[in-house]
Amino acid sequence: MNSLSPELMLQLTMLVPVLAIAGILLTGRSENVREAVSVIVSLIVLALVIGLYNTFTAGIPVEVSWFEIMPGLSLSFRLEAMGMIFALVAGILWLVTIFYAIGYMRSHHEENQTRFYACFALAIGSVFGVAFASNLFTLFIFYEVLTLSTYPLVTHAGTAEAKKGGRTYLGILLGTSIAFFLFAILGTHFVAGTLEFTQGGVFPAGTSVAVGGALLVLFVFGVGKAAIMPFHRWLPAAMVAPTPVSALLHAVAVVKAGVFTLLKVGTFIFGLDFLNELPTTDALLYLAGASVIIASLIAMRQDNLKKRLAYSTVSQLSYITSGMLLATEAGITGGAMHIAMHAFGKITLFFCAGAILVTLHKTDVSQLRGIGWQMPVTMAAFLIGTLSIIGLPPTGGSWSKWFLLSGALDADQMFIMGVLMLSSLLNIAYLLPIPILAFFPPADAVARPSIKEAPLPSLLALSFTALMCLVLFVLPQPLYELAASITN
Amino acid sequence: MIAHLSILQVIIPLIAAPLCLLLRKSELAWAFATLVAFITLAVSVALLSQVMLTGPVSSELGGWEAPWGIEYRVDMLNAPLLVLISAISAVALIAARTSIENEIPENRHTFFYIAWLLCMAGLLGITATGDAFNVFVFLEISSLATYTLIALGKDRRALWASFQYLVAGTIGATFILIGIGLMYVMTGTLNMADLAQRLPDVENTKTVFTAFAFMVVGLCMKLALFPLHLWLPNAYAFAPSIVTTFLAATATKVAVYVMIRFIFDVFGFEFSFTHFPLQEVLLTLGIACIFAASVVAIYQDNLKRMLAYSSVAQVGYIILGISFASQTGIMATLLHMLNHGLMKGALFMALAAVVYRVGIAKLSQMHGIASRMPFTMAAFLVGGLSLIGVPLTVGFISKWYLVSASLENGWWPVAAAILLGSLLSVVYIWRVIEVAYFKPVSESTPDVKEAPAALLIPMWILVLANLYFGIETSLTVGVSHMAAADLFGGLR
Repeated sequence: MNSLSPELMLQLTMLVPVLAIAGILLTGRSENVREAVSVIVSLIVLALVIGLYNTFTAGIPVEVSWFEIMPGLSLSFRLEAMGMIFALVAGILWLVTIFYAIGYMRSHHEENQTRFYACFALAIGSVFGVAFASNLFTLFIFYEVLTLSTYPLVTHAGTAEAKKGGRTYLGILLGTSIAFFLFAILGTHFVAGTLEFTQGGVFPAGTSVAVGGALLVLFVFGVGKAAIMPFHRWLPAAMVAPTPVSALLHAVAVVKAGVFTLLKVGTFIFGLDFLNELPTTDALLYLAGASVIIASLIAMRQDNLKKRLAYSTVSQLSYITSGMLLATEAGITGGAMHIAMHAFGKITLFFCAGAILVTLHKTDVSQLRGIGWQMPVTMAAFLIGTLSIIGLPPTGGSWSKWFLLSGALDADQMFIMGVLMLSSLLNIAYLLPIPILAFFPPADAVARPSIKEAPLPSLLALSFTALMCLVLFVLPQPLYELAASITN
Repeated sequence: MIAHLSILQVIIPLIAAPLCLLLRKSELAWAFATLVAFITLAVSVALLSQVMLTGPVSSELGGWEAPWGIEYRVDMLNAPLLVLISAISAVALIAARTSIENEIPENRHTFFYIAWLLCMAGLLGITATGDAFNVFVFLEISSLATYTLIALGKDRRALWASFQYLVAGTIGATFILIGIGLMYVMTGTLNMADLAQRLPDVENTKTVFTAFAFMVVGLCMKLALFPLHLWLPNAYAFAPSIVTTFLAATATKVAVYVMIRFIFDVFGFEFSFTHFPLQEVLLTLGIACIFAASVVAIYQDNLKRMLAYSSVAQVGYIILGISFASQTGIMATLLHMLNHGLMKGALFMALAAVVYRVGIAKLSQMHGIASRMPFTMAAFLVGGLSLIGVPLTVGFISKWYLVSASLENGWWPVAAAILLGSLLSVVYIWRVIEVAYFKPVSESTPDVKEAPAALLIPMWILVLANLYFGIETSLTVGVSHMAAADLFGGLR
């Protein structure tokens, strides 16, 4: 990879998945070849992202500009710490998810698999577009491509329920992005004259805080992918999708694109100082805090495992949103780290949920008692994932929570401190019983069933992500350095 | 030669129309009409580049000097529109021969091409002329030809739709004629530039006020501004599909052009916006137009009718741009006139292909049709995205300038309304995408093949134009910027 210029590598992360679509469509008739294409492409993309990471840590600036549509409105990309984190997470987890999907989709006998892999590749290509965008306009385009390319994935089952879910999904994401997000972008362009992500923000000194406050509200609600209440309904609705989609897209790529956008906007459009002056920041912060708690309370009442995980995601996303709204360096660092930590934790949980579905055909929490004896590896991974989501050692989730808490301390926001603490307790209440009860003995007089684990590719995938949760606890240094360098 | 280009622009199709009658054979008439359309296109491109190089091109008919004779005057404002009309006409004519095979009886094909050329000559004439009465003459030529074209539709309701349009169009044209007559009474001239000079002396008279009111209302009828739009949906729905493609992309734009010409050039900005509550009226009607028509579009089963209502909604955006009464606003209007021509051309062309294969473009019969007609529905998808205003398509460019213009005026709610309007278009476009792409093929889906290349090629020319001008905007934005600057430069 060293022979490629970093500029080329950056563009290839977006182009290779798009080119892969052609390969996937052409080889659609033969399952093995088609999936080999997916695996090879995701390996190439991962290598590219790692190559970019090496370039980035070497301190070489990488910028690419494709074309300028109107003066000051261009499609261009730049390598930057926050984007690097997001790209690394997406690159690693795409490869893992492809492995998982091969096991899952085959043993679940899903139809239209070619369309599935093609849309998946397009979605990932646009994730890199979001990660590397150097201005809001470019980010917006890829944000929308991501929405559109995941719609066929959500409605994959083709049932009435899937279509209804798909409509909610598209309606909320597209609706908020056009009515609020685009409006905020246009407003920003009008007030600041630029959409370029700039250290310290783009608004000229003396910009009215009322206008800035209004724009912030539009941004926070407009980025529907961040799922702040009351615009969170699409996320549970999207759970009709096949589990690999829920795992990668609705626990990682799509939702993280949302909070990533918010972090970017907070840091590089508003700038932390201006953010602090705005009259609406606190109100939104309280709303994000309320989202954290309310979503957790709703999650408790969900018996469907994927739905419960979805509401847990809504709650966790608002951690990151509040990290931005705290407008302190520790908050941003914590938010950016949480993008990675939550990704590894939540994808593990979704992988496990899917593994339980294809192996034992169980979807509800109430059915899971005692299944740990049948699927010990899966449920052990589930336990690790749960710990990471709660934020307990020895898992990576504890670090990001640490920084979010210290961000709340810096900003003197006792409310958010309380919210984070309470949320941990709620997480313990609704997630931890699942793996623990799984290892309880089955009801009396029922013979202990023999071990029946998930398909091997899926099992490997979920073991890897669970392991990563542990590794990130022991070796958080590279991630921390990236996250801490965002504001410098 | 260059001086005569502006006359050639109109005279070539006008003379070619009766010549078609001599050709008799349908194929010959088609080949001839297409050739004429392409020559006209070449002339309009030459005119545009000339205007960009040296400024307005003017020529006097028969050597009679203006203001006595009739002047043809092409400047930054109308040159791009001439290109749009002749380009859409040329591209649509490529497809016309195939498209009308099933829609118009063989023995009427020659009439069809004659009426087409006359309609085109009329539209070009309205746009190129610098004489107010000439506007009316060409308006009648194009309208009569349009009534004929609509009446050629396969469905018997086409006759009713044509008659409806005839009544509405005649009322509109009469109003315009009354307006022109009153202006003539007050100034004794019909030349637009001359009118602009003389009107200020008499502008505080009731006659000029009345003239202005008649002009604006008559034009609103022709450009189908809500609530004067009632003729349009039927006309577009029942006309032969390729006629709808041509009309939707060009006809209303020409009426908008005349409105801009009279408001800004002839009567002048001062008069139009200070003596009249024009801003309030156009703003209210524009927004009402966007919402009313978009909501109605959502409930249509016949897709031609749906897009017809969408056209009415788009007229709302165009009018909104005028109501901003600012340079950016007019620029947005001009951009959207061109861009909307491209998107509606592409969309209606895709429907023409569906009608060609299926016989009718009804949503209830299109379940899973994308698997049978992939290229056609892909064209519809891109056209639809452009209509919504997705970045990298022309629709985004016009929306961007419209919103910027409203922000410049400090009209935040209007900017929000524009974006909400886009949301409504998401709903009606996505309805089609969902049915065509994500519904499984059912028994009601007709067993059809992909449209023939004769339809696909012109369709995709328009689709690619939507993308090209959405990315490489220097030409369209540059031209409309200069035109808007000209209009406002005239003020000072």
